[in-house]
Amino acid sequence: MIHSLFLINSSSDIFLEKHWKSVISRSVCDYFFEVQEKAGEAENVPPVIHAGHHYLINIYREKIFFVSVIQSEVPPLFVIEFLHHVAETFQDYFGECSESAIKDNVVIVYELLEEMLDNGFPLATESNILKELIKPPNILRSVVNSITGSCNVGETLPTGQLSTIPWRRAGVKYTNNEAYFDVVEEIDAILDKTGSVVFAEIQGVIDACVNLTGMPDLTLSFMNPRLLDDVSFHPCVRFKRWESERVLSFIPPDGNFRLLSYHVSAQNLVAIPIYVKQNISFFETGSSGRLDITVGPKQTMGKTVEAVFVTINMPKVVLSANLTATQGNYTYNPVTKTLVWDIGKLSQQKLPNLKGSLTLQCGAPKPEESPSLNIDLKIQQLAISGLKVNRLDMYGEKYKPFKGVKYVSKAGKFQCMAITIWLYIFTNKENSHLKC
Amino acid sequence: MTPMQKLLQLPVNAVNIVKTVQAQAQEEARSPVLTPDSIQQNWYSAVQPEELRNLKVAGTGGGDSEERAPLEEGVTSAQTQPLRHDDLKEMLDSNKDSLKLEAMKRIVAMIARGKNASDLFPAVVKNVACKNIEVKKLVYVYLVRYAEEQQDLALLSISTFQRGLKDPNQLIRASALRVLSSIRVTIIVPIMMLAIKEAASDMSPYVRKTAAHAIPKLYSLDPEQKDQLIEVIEKLLADKTTLVAGSVVMAFEEVCPERIDLIHKNYRKLCNLLIDVEEWGQVVIINMLTRYARTQFLNPNVNESLLEESGEKAFYGSDDEEGKEEKAEAAALAKRKPYVMDPDHRLLLRNTKPLLQSRNAAVVMAVAQLYFHLAPKAEVGVIAKALVRLMRSHSEVQYVVLQNVATMTIKRRGMFEPYLKSFYIRSTDPTQIKILKLEVLTNLANETNISTILREFQTYIKSMDKDFVAATIQAIGRCATNIGEVRDTCLNGLVQLLSNRDELVVAESVVVIKKLLQMQPEQHSDIIKHMAKLTDNIQVPMARASILWLIGEYCEHVPKIAPDVLRKMAKTFTNEEDIVKLQIINLAAKLYLTNSKQTKLLTQYVLNLAKYDQNYDIRDRARFIRQLIVPTDKSGALSKYAKKLFLALKPAPVLESPFKDRDHFQLGSLSHLLNAKAGGYQELPDWPETAPDPSVRNVEVKDSVIRLLERVTTLTSVPEWTKCSSREKRKEKKVEKPFYSDSEEESGPTESADSESDSASGSGSGSESEESGSGSESEESREESESEQEDKEDEEDKRKKKKKTDRGKVKAPAVESPESEESSGAEEKNRAQKVKGRRSGSESESEEEEESESESSRSESESESESESDTDAKKKKKAPVTKPPPKQAKKESKKEKKEMSLLDLDDFEPTPSPQVTPVNNFLSSSLVTDLEGLSLTDTVMAPTTIAPSGSVKTYELLHRITGEGLGVEYCFSRQPFSPDAHMVAVQIMFTNNTNAETKNLHVEDPKLQSGMRIKEFPEIELLPPGEMVTVVMGIDFCDSTQAANFQLCTHIRKFFVSIQPPVGELMMPVFMTENEFKKEQEKLLQLSLGQLMGMNEISEKLTLGEKCQNEHGIVQRVTSAANVSRVPCGSDKECRFAGKTVSSGILVLVTVATKEERAAQLTVNCEKMVIGTMLVKDILQALTQ
Repeated sequence: MIHSLFLINSSSDIFLEKHWKSVISRSVCDYFFEVQEKAGEAENVPPVIHAGHHYLINIYREKIFFVSVIQSEVPPLFVIEFLHHVAETFQDYFGECSESAIKDNVVIVYELLEEMLDNGFPLATESNILKELIKPPNILRSVVNSITGSCNVGETLPTGQLSTIPWRRAGVKYTNNEAYFDVVEEIDAILDKTGSVVFAEIQGVIDACVNLTGMPDLTLSFMNPRLLDDVSFHPCVRFKRWESERVLSFIPPDGNFRLLSYHVSAQNLVAIPIYVKQNISFFETGSSGRLDITVGPKQTMGKTVEAVFVTINMPKVVLSANLTATQGNYTYNPVTKTLVWDIGKLSQQKLPNLKGSLTLQCGAPKPEESPSLNIDLKIQQLAISGLKVNRLDMYGEKYKPFKGVKYVSKAGKFQCMAITIWLYIFTNKENSHLKC
Repeated sequence: MTPMQKLLQLPVNAVNIVKTVQAQAQEEARSPVLTPDSIQQNWYSAVQPEELRNLKVAGTGGGDSEERAPLEEGVTSAQTQPLRHDDLKEMLDSNKDSLKLEAMKRIVAMIARGKNASDLFPAVVKNVACKNIEVKKLVYVYLVRYAEEQQDLALLSISTFQRGLKDPNQLIRASALRVLSSIRVTIIVPIMMLAIKEAASDMSPYVRKTAAHAIPKLYSLDPEQKDQLIEVIEKLLADKTTLVAGSVVMAFEEVCPERIDLIHKNYRKLCNLLIDVEEWGQVVIINMLTRYARTQFLNPNVNESLLEESGEKAFYGSDDEEGKEEKAEAAALAKRKPYVMDPDHRLLLRNTKPLLQSRNAAVVMAVAQLYFHLAPKAEVGVIAKALVRLMRSHSEVQYVVLQNVATMTIKRRGMFEPYLKSFYIRSTDPTQIKILKLEVLTNLANETNISTILREFQTYIKSMDKDFVAATIQAIGRCATNIGEVRDTCLNGLVQLLSNRDELVVAESVVVIKKLLQMQPEQHSDIIKHMAKLTDNIQVPMARASILWLIGEYCEHVPKIAPDVLRKMAKTFTNEEDIVKLQIINLAAKLYLTNSKQTKLLTQYVLNLAKYDQNYDIRDRARFIRQLIVPTDKSGALSKYAKKLFLALKPAPVLESPFKDRDHFQLGSLSHLLNAKAGGYQELPDWPETAPDPSVRNVEVKDSVIRLLERVTTLTSVPEWTKCSSREKRKEKKVEKPFYSDSEEESGPTESADSESDSASGSGSGSESEESGSGSESEESREESESEQEDKEDEEDKRKKKKKTDRGKVKAPAVESPESEESSGAEEKNRAQKVKGRRSGSESESEEEEESESESSRSESESESESESDTDAKKKKKAPVTKPPPKQAKKESKKEKKEMSLLDLDDFEPTPSPQVTPVNNFLSSSLVTDLEGLSLTDTVMAPTTIAPSGSVKTYELLHRITGEGLGVEYCFSRQPFSPDAHMVAVQIMFTNNTNAETKNLHVEDPKLQSGMRIKEFPEIELLPPGEMVTVVMGIDFCDSTQAANFQLCTHIRKFFVSIQPPVGELMMPVFMTENEFKKEQEKLLQLSLGQLMGMNEISEKLTLGEKCQNEHGIVQRVTSAANVSRVPCGSDKECRFAGKTVSSGILVLVTVATKEERAAQLTVNCEKMVIGTMLVKDILQALTQ
């Protein structure tokens, strides 16, 4: 399936290659470079490239291209998912998935890749198994290893691979038994210029950090499970149980994992926590424009909206911005043409406002497009959908674990579109005649 | 990257250095010597000793360390380059593991950077047997990378792996096989083949999984091994563990995807295992099953298509043709009988559905494509939600999903309509995603939502991303052609865009308007006029060409303007692009034909200009047109038709999606994405006209169902069975006596015929019912527990299926109270069976009972005839049984091997995990059923073991329903097969239940595993109705529990049957004394110490079941489980048994040592590990109940 893997950094340097079958010359990447050049931005490189006798399937993560070489038919998503999994494993092992981290740990990276694929077909991909096979690096161990010559390859054999629950390693022991669950919800919304909602939905995940001894069997139930419209599970969750009782029953993997991701559909009215009044206009005469944005809290259920950022991608002709903010700071980057306004907390009394003028390039025509606003925000201790965890029970082990649940709501892809006057265009007929 | 850097192949680090001022000087100084060697120096920096790097990090504050490193090294290492490898060699040769490790790490880092390290091969390969695991692993990495280049040297390492293949630890066996198979050295192909074959029958599922992985490796190395590999695949496909399933299907797909027939028998198992297979395996299996289902089942949409298609498609044009086709097809098919979905088809759909909830996008996509290709229309909708969910994932995932959604929306628009808003475009989306979303939105547009979509499009037009704007304009054009109501609105909107400031937008609009106008040109002369005006401003060639074409085509609508445009164009002709020039010539020709008075000179002028153009296309065109339109004396015959040629009515272009018709590729595949066939792509076949025989899949299921059925029915008719059972038993006793009586008396004085019959009648009906019940246990598998799980699964899936067929049929009574579920379920199954057996109609329950009675009476008569036949058999086989003289007993030593428990670990073993405790309803449905299966069979199995040693279990070979009246059973008579001592004697009993004679019964076409042989019974010429006959045939199973498959032929029909022996039947008793026994055991143990640690002894602790606490009970149960004889012994704490395998005569020694309470220890010594392990399981089962 997957024949080879090349890691390429942003300056088109192949800094790692791994072959699972016979060796393929790295010149195959020339096809990739060609396409990359044509695409311009990294995110526009098509994930699948036909390269002579091969196919290149690539992903772009953390400024690195993971380019895999394929020789025959394989579901593209299979490869893409796997590559992301590789990136996540690196992240898990080294704390970051950057070029320098990979170069520093090149041997571990190689060992990992060796275990993850056999002849191009995934072999051991569960993080719990991999960690038993190859221990993640830490400073203490690397010092000890260099002195004693011991190694970071697990001495014990990964028996988890052979059990019915491959995601959990055997013989887990903790002195403090803890299980934490973070309910994180993101609001995806598109607002039009008047502030009314074009489209809104909530995407949520429950990330768990479970440090429990032995083989605990957990059951997590919700106050209002009907809210969850569409869910996807970690393989440990018993699907039948969810179908029949709407509770999550599972034997958790050890450590951090994503238990569940869910979707709260648009049918349930999504509470939009803030509102935005915006007015960005460019004058026909003279090279300047005006900007006036006000942000205020809307439905926050008594919680404070924090870490509010407003990001605006300005048209190319905007040279600089001269604005005053009643709260927070703003920065304008004239190279990327982005205006970022860091507001911080939103208070009910005083509405933050950003106002001022924009300078445009001299002589350039007035920009046609109106910029859209992207908004970031965070609300602690609130799941905006209203989802609430009811209880967490543990079976199979004797001790009493510490259990914690945390809720956070964030803005996901939260966008305020500026709608324009195109509506009129459709009704106005133009009857100009050609002069002969 | 600047060209300079490219030229020098400078690594990034070096580029970064240039930035720092102080570095620059050095850089310049060095640059002349920056030969490609410099890269070599560079990577060394990445793998310096860890502590050194840490120091540096501390000193310089992180990031620079990388950048500085090349500087430090660059100066020194340029000239010492060859020395470095010597260093490494020295390190590798040293005694210290730490040095070796360091060296290997550096080498691996070299490989990672793509540097050549092949000259180190000899030094590295020496360390292949290194004790340090990490060194070993890194050596493996190196070996796999370079063995292909250094084949001869690589051979040095082979023996290490061969040794590894015999290791008692399964993980080491697996890893040895993995590396061995990854070395691409053609010379070891036979070794690989052997290793794979051996590993394929390994006890450990993990090793078998590795074997499955190795198959495609060997295949790519030597395709000539295909046939042998297919055999291995076939064997592994029958594997019942989830661990193996994914890997073997992958091997199947790579080696022999065309052998779809191999899947039949494993189809249901794969469906049931699916949810527990790991994610990657799921993808492969689902894709394969999609293809399988397309060849085996009928199109579920044949009849529905009539209704739905017409309703959905009549509205707009683009799919009209298709709709018509399907309508016609549907009309033709509507006359046929109503469609009933094959239960197996339903099983697949049902078992894949939960996987839509997988976290893995590839799995979700695989299920989605399966539903799209296989599900009835009404059910496809479920995939939409899951696919929309994937849109939240990484952009690469989005890209692929959107491509597939785009294809789906053309066929099944309704499915995604509720999710319209999820496809709205965000300004932050990458362009390629935007364009795909636009495609989906366009496909989804219809009368009801078009206004929303158009409003959405309006915002898109304002985007800064010009490519995207152009795509939007085209999308508007497509909406306009598809939906008549909004055509004018769209057209007007597009015309407005003509005054846009951006030229690209205008050009794109022109092109789209041109296409729209072709549909109704009369009404839009003002638009054409407006566009004519644009020729002054628009520079984009395509747009200019489009305008010119429009004016030429509709010059009659704009009679005044057209000549003027031509005039302007003639003026600028020489500066135009080629496509524009061609259109100018076109315009000139058309005008000349319609309005020659005004344009004659202009045309001549243009043609003259074109005559001397640089482009030969233009010159050709000009010449051709001149001949055609300008009347000359020698103008050809064609000029008469010039008007017809140029002014013919041209059909409006159909704006259609680029994704149209892409669904002939399997969705989710690479080929679909590229819209071109990728190598190795397997076509998704069309549905068959008529369904192939569905019974090919139910070989196993049938047996287990019948078994269950019989269990139940026999329980209801207890009295008759008790009678018959005791009678039967006594007869069997008679048969066995002559052979065994002597030895039995000697060895076990407690054992007597009386006690046996006592116990038999005591347990009465239970035991007997089981006996007859298990009569069909032909495919008893090697691993008892697994087979039972499987049975249970089969049964359950049978039940499900039954329900379905009930639903399918209108009449079938479906009363099923929860209490009587077991029995009624079984009865239903029986009915289902009958349906399978091509019996028409459903039978009432009373009939059912009658049947079971008749069945019981049949077996009664069978047992009688059996005794007759036995006497026959006695005459035939008077092989004397040798008796070794008894000797003195000794105490035996026992050893416990811990590793063995590892070996016994199998996928399904209910480990002492809390999984079992709290709830019944589990994530893995099959796991639950497995567990249930265990408990259920436990209770039912219990009575069997009470049967005395001499009793014979009969198994069903051919049920009388499937056999159309011919019932065949078989049993292992445990008598030597006289024609060939290496064969196991199988006694076969034929019963003719029909009213007609059955003639010429014989065996044909045996399909055997390699090494197995079969000695057929003489042909039975005639079997009158109601009669039964018994024959004996011999099978050499080669000491394996592989089934012997063959065809049973009558004069009219052939039946595929298979005989699979329980392991206990593969041996025959050996008589030895205690001393001999001890000696042999010691010999075996020594052998094992020598090479195969612990392979020859397997011991297991157990708690004896209630009924076999005394010695007598133990002897009974052991001898019933295996054909071994008791070894006389002095101690009453130990029972010993000895036997040897029939085929190769390998000794099998069994010891049961009882301890206080009911604890006991079972030890089996046998050279053949597989036999030993399976025997332990069987005996264990017998003893613990």
